[in-house]
Amino acid sequence: MLAVQSAAFDPGQVLNEFTAKVGNSGAVVSFTGLVRDDTGDLKHMQIEHYPGMTEKAIGAMMDKAQARWNLTECTVIHRYGELAPNEVIMMVATAASHRVEAFEAADYLMDYLKSCAPFWKKEVSHSGDIWVASKQADEEALNRW
Amino acid sequence: MQVEVLYFAWVRERIGLPREMVETTATDVAGLVKELQTREERYALAFSDLSALRVAIDQELTDFDAPLKGAREVAFFPPMTGG
Repeated sequence: MLAVQSAAFDPGQVLNEFTAKVGNSGAVVSFTGLVRDDTGDLKHMQIEHYPGMTEKAIGAMMDKAQARWNLTECTVIHRYGELAPNEVIMMVATAASHRVEAFEAADYLMDYLKSCAPFWKKEVSHSGDIWVASKQADEEALNRW
Repeated sequence: MQVEVLYFAWVRERIGLPREMVETTATDVAGLVKELQTREERYALAFSDLSALRVAIDQELTDFDAPLKGAREVAFFPPMTGG
């Protein structure tokens, strides 16, 4: 399941529903990303995306993960718009027969979401606005796969 | 040919537009960038450092030497910061 949405969601509920439909999988791994406020100055995070390309790019990553790690299920939810500190930005859940596959697939999806899904984050702070720069380490992380 | 050009994040802010139709004689992305650079200062500024930009044709990530033939949509944006 893939959702790109502005609306908030409850990661606990998503995980419960996900776990309920994976049947005899044996292993479920999930990751939840939150808005971090490193300076204590953040008003909100503004997340922009490229409608159309976002869904295509994430769909392609999910297909690859599904095939490579033989996943029984896979879910990605990613929000856009204005998000307050500590709000949930996104979530990945994977289900497979064994934990190694589920962990690796979730890690792979996170690396690809960071650098290959067309989202851009802007930190809107009391002291001004700043576009979050991509880290070279994030693009290099793709070489792991 | 006519192509729709889209801008995201600080590229959109520098140019001051999210999208526009562009009439171009360029055959590849680099040629289109050259045409845009010569338009106005704000374009020159947005396209001053191509290493800081990424490009997609018809919603697929590509390179600056990619041909434009048949393209409907060309998007310019900074490196992505999802997750």
